[in-house]
Amino acid sequence: MSDQRHTGPGSTAEDERIQDGHGDGNTGVRDSGSSVATGSHDAIEGADAHGGPGAGAERLSGAEIEQRYPNPGIPAHVYRRSDVDPKAAQRREREVAALFGLSTLGTLLFIVAYFAIRPTEFEGTEMLEQVGWSTRLLGVGLGLALFGIGAGAIHWAKTLMPDDEVVTVRKPMRSSDEDRAEAVAALKEGSAGAGLGRRKLIRNSLLGALAPLGLLAIIPLRDLGPLPGAKLTGTWWKEGRRLVTDPTGRPIKAAEIPIGTVIHVLPEGIENSEHPLDERAKATTLVIRLEPDEIKDQKEREWAVDGIVAYSKVCTHVGCPVGLYEQQTHHLLCPCHQSTFDVTRDCAVIFGPAARPLPQLPLAVDSEGYLVSAMDFQEPIGPSYWERG
Amino acid sequence: MALEQIAGKAANEIDERFGSANFVKRSARKIFPDHWSFMLGEIALYSFIILLLTGTFLTLWFKPSHMEVVYEGSYVPLHGLHMSEAYASTLEISFDVRGGLIIRQIHHWAALIFVAAMVVHMARVFFTGAFRKPRETNWIIGFIMLTLSFVEGLAGYSLPDDLLSGTGLRITEGVLLSLPVVGTYLSFFLFGGEFPGEDIIPRLYTAHVLLLPGVFLALITVHLILVWYQKHTQYPLPGRTETNAVGYPFFPVYIAKAGGFFFITFGVTTLLSAFATINPVWLFGPYNPGEISAGSQPDWYMGFLEGTLRLFPAWEISAFGFSVPMSVLIPALIIPGLMFTPMAIYPLIERWVTGDNREHHLLDRPRNVPTRTGLGVMALTTWLIFLAGGANDLLATTFNLSINAITWAFRVLIFVLPPLAYVVTKRICLGLQRRDRDLVLHGRETGRIVRLPHGEMIEVHEPIPDARKWELTQHTVHRPAEVGPVTDANGVPRRRILAAKLRARVSRFYFEDRVEPPTPAEVRELESSHH
Repeated sequence: MSDQRHTGPGSTAEDERIQDGHGDGNTGVRDSGSSVATGSHDAIEGADAHGGPGAGAERLSGAEIEQRYPNPGIPAHVYRRSDVDPKAAQRREREVAALFGLSTLGTLLFIVAYFAIRPTEFEGTEMLEQVGWSTRLLGVGLGLALFGIGAGAIHWAKTLMPDDEVVTVRKPMRSSDEDRAEAVAALKEGSAGAGLGRRKLIRNSLLGALAPLGLLAIIPLRDLGPLPGAKLTGTWWKEGRRLVTDPTGRPIKAAEIPIGTVIHVLPEGIENSEHPLDERAKATTLVIRLEPDEIKDQKEREWAVDGIVAYSKVCTHVGCPVGLYEQQTHHLLCPCHQSTFDVTRDCAVIFGPAARPLPQLPLAVDSEGYLVSAMDFQEPIGPSYWERG
Repeated sequence: MALEQIAGKAANEIDERFGSANFVKRSARKIFPDHWSFMLGEIALYSFIILLLTGTFLTLWFKPSHMEVVYEGSYVPLHGLHMSEAYASTLEISFDVRGGLIIRQIHHWAALIFVAAMVVHMARVFFTGAFRKPRETNWIIGFIMLTLSFVEGLAGYSLPDDLLSGTGLRITEGVLLSLPVVGTYLSFFLFGGEFPGEDIIPRLYTAHVLLLPGVFLALITVHLILVWYQKHTQYPLPGRTETNAVGYPFFPVYIAKAGGFFFITFGVTTLLSAFATINPVWLFGPYNPGEISAGSQPDWYMGFLEGTLRLFPAWEISAFGFSVPMSVLIPALIIPGLMFTPMAIYPLIERWVTGDNREHHLLDRPRNVPTRTGLGVMALTTWLIFLAGGANDLLATTFNLSINAITWAFRVLIFVLPPLAYVVTKRICLGLQRRDRDLVLHGRETGRIVRLPHGEMIEVHEPIPDARKWELTQHTVHRPAEVGPVTDANGVPRRRILAAKLRARVSRFYFEDRVEPPTPAEVRELESSHH
């Protein structure tokens, strides 16, 4: 690289600057302000002397000088303590070695911790404690093993490797006109050989063959899943299905539910459905007992049993379970995006991004006195979608 | 000597086969400009490598399967629970594989750092104008990687199939469903039927460990080749010009510094993971579609989407038997689109406005491009408000405030703060430029007060060094573009006059307020008038 410019080490004036400016300070730390200030004049001369393209000081014409300050060129190199003081350099060397040594210690710690701590030989909380110690010690060992190498290498680079700035020419990205002409000629020659312009039949039929090829990448994806059909409209709730608690699966009698409580329920027998997880995701329901006269909505009252109402637990916004019930206000709150529903007013949305009330499940009581669904939800539960209407 | 002989022999064997001396000759001492801010992209790169290494380790035990098992492993509190193999194998990695938990935590922390480093790196590139010609391609590659990292992250934290990740997938399904016409089809194709189905984890797994890392690897390779080939940008410091590169040689300085920095990044991430627990899935329990925990939060980079969803008010259009849930569609897809599209094409927008077709290798000081800096801060402000909005429940519980009040406050702030941030930032930039101008014209204040014979008190100013003057005046200031004549020389109306008018308007918005750096002539004139 002929166009590089190095600044050689050591003139006395610069050594003095280190002594004066940085007394006992760290090597390698420079006061950029003072180095620019004191160095700029030298650098201009240096740049002129070298005249390299990177040296900055483009020769400006008279008019341009009136318009612009000239680039002052690279400031004079400031030497680090380790450049001029062999003892300092030795100290740096020992520091680098110490950091690399730290890494080796880290590796040792990791290996010892790996074989010494065996959490699986413990049980319960002791096992957890052992996992904690294992994780911390392995982490510290590995962390130091890596950090030591990194810190050592960087300390080495910053204090002992040459830190003179080197200048190289940056050529414009654009190719030269000759190169461009040759490239165009090469392409023209090639396409003339292929006869793309003349042989239209080949060109068009090739396009006709390539264009639909993408279909072959898309069509086989059809079997990724079934078509939605009416699957989103119904749930596992059917007329007369008992409400059972989730997760214990116990049927519930109306009298067992105190006022103000909320119970998570599923339809009985849902684990026997074809896709239990999918069905649970749709059928999950909340049962809440209100004072009957607190219910303000006519339909809600009709679908309730003694003030016991059931609403889909799936938020009509994007489908999170509406998990929070405020007993005092009778508000249901979705913890994901804070849609808030008023249970006394047919779960109308009173805050947040949900646009529809939670669907209500009509309740009844069977011959043995257990709560059952009178029928399925009368509208699709969960987030809205195009075909929902 | 012996070592040198062995190395020489090996080099000979290699060169005889690959002719590598030519490359080494040109590249070993290649010059890289240096600045601390250039390491932000390095953090992203190294985090990615950490993710590859730790991720590979995790795949040795992780089972991407919905198969239901009854847990009988080491973690007693979950004994007897039904769960997917995915969740059970995540517990196994955490408790039964020695070092499994630390590697899992490094993987998760590195993912958070990966995205964060990309964001900060892109901010650096944006505010210093490093995206300008010839580096527009690398900006767009970086943009693609940032957006892909959201998908990669979402896929990754969905894999353990714990309660939190299942909730994230539920929201993903709700968002897909909101798409007009195709929503239900896309959802059924992604999940292999209804939510949650039994296909999503193996599918996300393939995307997470094979497809997307492959795409990342290809993009990163191109990104780095371009950085190498186009040479790195540099700050406008003395000696740096548009036609040179000033810095340190690749070998040995950059190999030591950049290589060392990889180890530091890895080491610090590991130490963080040793002490800071992340994503303790055993506390959340297996996914159950009927359950949720309060205070559910996605990983931080999805937080702004959570915020848009939380802040947007209820709105749904139902007509002709079809529904469009606007309060999902707009916050989850349209707002991010409006935020990210201008970001992707910003280099093209600015080039169109400035009409500047030159190559740029000297970076901008952000103050010298007040409108760009203002727009950038405006975009960041928008993003931060959404991010904070995504944590409105935590703000409410932490500060004992009404969640409704907080949500309303953010709904207002999202319209107020970004424009305000733009105006304030731009004014600050212009103010700083004026200060620079004053420094060049009048010098720096020395703090020495002198009383003149007739009693007047003045503060003595001292000229700043020429090098500093150059630093403060080296930039080009664009001026607003003119529309030009409406008709050509023959009186025929010019073509594309509307585009020219639009460009003039936008250009005026960009460059109407500006501070011209003083010229040496101006300074001299001022000096002579003083004396």
